[in-house]
Amino acid sequence: MEDIKILSARFGKIKPDSVEEYINAGGYEGLKKAVTMQQEEIIEEMKKSNLYGRGGAAYPTGIKWEQAYAVKKDPKYLVCNADEGEPGTFKDKRILAEDPLLLIEGMTIGAYIMGAKEGYIYIRGEYSAIQRIVKSAIENAKKAGYLGTNILGKGFDFDLHVVSGAGAYVCGENTALVESLEGKQGRPRQKPPYVKNCGLFQMPTILNNVETYSCIPCIVNVGGERYSSFGTEFSGGTKLLCLSGNVVNRGVYEIPYGLTIREIIYNLGGGVKDGKKLKFVHLGGSSGSCLPESLLDTRICYDDLKKNGLSLGSGAVLVVDDSNCVVDYLKAVMEFFEEESCGKCTPCREGNQRLLELLEKLSQGRGTLADIEKMKSIAQTMKMTSFCGLGQSAPTALVTLLKYFENEFIEHTAGKCANGKCSMNSKGVN
Amino acid sequence: MDMINLKIDGLDVSVSKGTTILEAAKELKIDIPTLCYIKKLNEVGSCRVCVVEIEGKRGLQPACVTNVSEGMVVSTANKTVRETRKNILELILANHNRECLSCPRNLKCELQKLCNEAGVDNVYYEKKALRSPVSASLSIVRDPGKCVLCGRCISVCANVQNVGVIDFAYRGPQTAVTTPYEQNLSENSCINCGQCIEICPVGALQEKDDTDKVWSAIDNPGLHVVVQVAPAVRVALGEEFGMPVGSNVEGKMVSALKRLGFDKVFDTDFSADLTIMEEGTELLDRINNGGKLPLITSCSPGWIKFCEHNYQDFLDNLSSCKSPQQMFGAVAKSYYAKRADIDPAKIFVVSVMPCTAKKFEAVRDEMQVNGYREVDAVITTRELAKMIKLSGMDFTKLPDGTFDGILGESTGAAVIFGATGGVMEAALRTVADILTGKDLQDIDYKEVRGLEGTREATVEINGMEIKLAIVNGTGNAAKLLDKIRAGEANYHFIEVMACRGGCINGGGQPIILDKSKTEEVRQRRAEGLYGIDRSKEIRKSHQNPEIKELYADFFEKPGSHKVHEHLHTHYVKR
Amino acid sequence: MEKVVGVLQKYGCAKENLIQIMLELQKLSGNNCLPKDWVAKVAETLELPLSKVYGVITFYSMFHTEPTGKYFIEVCKSGPCHIAGAENVLHMLEKELGIKPGETTPDGCFTLTKSSCFGACDIAPAIKIGEKVFGNLTKDKLKEIISSCREGL
Repeated sequence: MEDIKILSARFGKIKPDSVEEYINAGGYEGLKKAVTMQQEEIIEEMKKSNLYGRGGAAYPTGIKWEQAYAVKKDPKYLVCNADEGEPGTFKDKRILAEDPLLLIEGMTIGAYIMGAKEGYIYIRGEYSAIQRIVKSAIENAKKAGYLGTNILGKGFDFDLHVVSGAGAYVCGENTALVESLEGKQGRPRQKPPYVKNCGLFQMPTILNNVETYSCIPCIVNVGGERYSSFGTEFSGGTKLLCLSGNVVNRGVYEIPYGLTIREIIYNLGGGVKDGKKLKFVHLGGSSGSCLPESLLDTRICYDDLKKNGLSLGSGAVLVVDDSNCVVDYLKAVMEFFEEESCGKCTPCREGNQRLLELLEKLSQGRGTLADIEKMKSIAQTMKMTSFCGLGQSAPTALVTLLKYFENEFIEHTAGKCANGKCSMNSKGVN
Repeated sequence: MDMINLKIDGLDVSVSKGTTILEAAKELKIDIPTLCYIKKLNEVGSCRVCVVEIEGKRGLQPACVTNVSEGMVVSTANKTVRETRKNILELILANHNRECLSCPRNLKCELQKLCNEAGVDNVYYEKKALRSPVSASLSIVRDPGKCVLCGRCISVCANVQNVGVIDFAYRGPQTAVTTPYEQNLSENSCINCGQCIEICPVGALQEKDDTDKVWSAIDNPGLHVVVQVAPAVRVALGEEFGMPVGSNVEGKMVSALKRLGFDKVFDTDFSADLTIMEEGTELLDRINNGGKLPLITSCSPGWIKFCEHNYQDFLDNLSSCKSPQQMFGAVAKSYYAKRADIDPAKIFVVSVMPCTAKKFEAVRDEMQVNGYREVDAVITTRELAKMIKLSGMDFTKLPDGTFDGILGESTGAAVIFGATGGVMEAALRTVADILTGKDLQDIDYKEVRGLEGTREATVEINGMEIKLAIVNGTGNAAKLLDKIRAGEANYHFIEVMACRGGCINGGGQPIILDKSKTEEVRQRRAEGLYGIDRSKEIRKSHQNPEIKELYADFFEKPGSHKVHEHLHTHYVKR
Repeated sequence: MEKVVGVLQKYGCAKENLIQIMLELQKLSGNNCLPKDWVAKVAETLELPLSKVYGVITFYSMFHTEPTGKYFIEVCKSGPCHIAGAENVLHMLEKELGIKPGETTPDGCFTLTKSSCFGACDIAPAIKIGEKVFGNLTKDKLKEIISSCREGL
């Protein structure tokens, strides 16, 4: 297994806001090369790279940028989604805190391609200390001529601003993020129009995740084909994974696409903690799917995951051992979505409340088989009719756990929680 | 024009580009149910009641905000859609205070209708979200427990009325439509127009019910209870009893009021004629004597409060005339009391108004005559209907009654007060006669009629050019005043009505259950008023015999000192 | 009010900076909240209806309309922390501080809240006090953290 470090190469090795140290460690090579290339050429390289958006939606970035490039309307804005709020995800935090200039370089290349003069990095409010590091890195980049006016003497200007979120998971959704950038509530907008045509201040907007932008310098530097070869045939490059839960070595790992989930948990993660047995893995954060032991040999690669009804989402790999109860775990998941729903559309706002209510019933031993059927029905309605991705994906964990562990739910209707996590009385533990 | 061909429920349809699925389905007489949607006003796609299935698309799509595309194949009521829609309605209902039987909107509730039609038979859930308690201002009652968070009231308040005192707040289960800091609507710049009530699909917004006050006055043998009815009420009240929209039910209404036990049944149309006498005089006086122009009408209390909050630099432009409602009260407790030899302290004046803001106007400090409240209780058209129903009258079969004298005679000029442009036209009829010294016959000022939000006209009377503007909806008023402020427009006389269409569409009028018919209903109600005007023998305010008698007997002449004491007022900065 | 005007000017009195302005004002308030008159002033200056501004400050979880304790403790209750024992952490804190989530100690020292994931899953269970994150929590560690807060008063 080749140990390729593209995104994490400088983690912990340089002073994060120092342009000098960044350059000495190989930084800004991508931008320097980019400004000698035609815009279309760079986009071509990106398409060859098989880079898929790293925020969760996994849309091919090259195609996205080609479409955005084709939009003829000025000004264009470049926006970075650094609202990392998906439970179990803490990778963007590492880039922002330990190598922010990589992101800045990636965005600067983007600005060069798109002709954008202004860019915004929307960082979640909870990362306030990290916001200061990024701001400082921006200032230093400006001083060194890598941002601001006449960048690298090539006559193009680009300014970057850090904007803080204020505590709302839904702002990770593109249009909600744009609303929030405009100082409003993070309630998603109707699509179309898409942000690439009509985004921030109603202007064309290129919006990508921290990790996605951070891949760009390397793609420009080594070329799309080479970058792609780090991964699998269909998923180019490397990915930052966030390993958490009941596993020995938790943390962020940069892996080439193609490793299996088992390899990640047992080789990188050192296996399940305290010698317990793995019960399921929650992949891609709270909005992702849960998979049982039998699917552990699935490769991390968009196609293979898709075949098994899974998706990598933001790159969260949460290991849950067999001392946990699915009903109890889901209560925590649904509590999150209930609270984080923006409240705009009916299925998400009301559906999450009802799923939680029915889960509570189950955990109190009052649940019925009809409740389980009702949950499935609500989940389906939420998935099919919610306004945005939050509501559509909120019941994914429930649906997948019901698929693989339905018996455990049924046991609860008989007043039994094998793991002793549920109170089984109406007063509840809460 | 680019035409798009698509199939809806197996039927072919061709519509222009940019049409929504909802509109395209209408062409085929397919009615896709909606809740949050109001055309051009609230196209947010948030309730998801209107979801439909589109072949090849993942999930279901909201018909109200999804545009058609070539070759699209849509199912609006297949099994998936039906089941999903039922689920969504059940989810809405789960967090809804389901006290339908005691709700004023029972049987006039869009949610109830939708749930019935979708076959929602069982609300599965136990818990309800915690919502703020019921809160009431003098005009409007908010019941957050019934709110379905469609946001229609927010749109009307902010985008039509330019008031914006309510908005979405919080998120998740706490999501609410609320005022800042949950303050009562009486503590902020709410203008009491009640347009939020009219647009609300359910009973989350209602008028403050004052029927109890009226019942107890009627029941009190020591009181002489008189009632006045505003022009717009008579062309809308019939709707509450299943009569065609726009029917003139004046006669039946008078009979009903008499049967309810009012001692005298009078007409606000009488005092509308009186208002014209005063306002017409005021206009001529301001034009001829270099007074503050433009003169702006002051009949609409929602508009007055709006001006007092937001356009204080225009307060001197407002006509000093009290509104017809208040002029009536002032006359009832002075002139009428004297003529009928009744102690004004014993007279109880009830108003029936198409308006919720009138409830607020009646309790303004200024609105007193000789130390007496001019108007003691105000009920809306809806509240009157409720009283009639409670009395067990078969309204549609009542005989036609006539208003009592000496405050019951009115002209065609007065009745059109109820539609936007009507006050203007009534004033012109009188002003023209005064300026020409003739009894002019050509009195239909069609240029000031219509339902558009803003209209302008210039009329020439006896060599004098009078520039006019008519606006309805305080949002339109704001735009016009902004233009005047910026020096981009100027007029001699402006009529402002707080509600779109004028009083016929006031916040106290019968609820229009099918919101897509709103325009049509306004039109019909307005036609009803103009029809009454046409049928009147006397169509100019100054020719009203009872008005002539009033001046001869009591006020001397328009603009007299006594008139100012009784019929004029002033405004305050808020 | 001078502070408010200063912050408004710093952000060019631009509507789109409402959230940034409010975050900064909350920091300046001294008790981690947005006083009513400050909010009204911001709404007026930015020419936004107060209802809209109120909507924004109630939508985002980081804004407070009431003062909080000096130490604002957030206990992550999301999935990764949940399976690492977040429930126990919360109970320990409830016991130690004598308050329930959403409450502030009578001395105004601590406010306890439950929060969504703040990205400390690699050190779950975790809590956040102000800007500082504490992870891999045990009963002893929590006691230590609380007592050092108390000393720091």
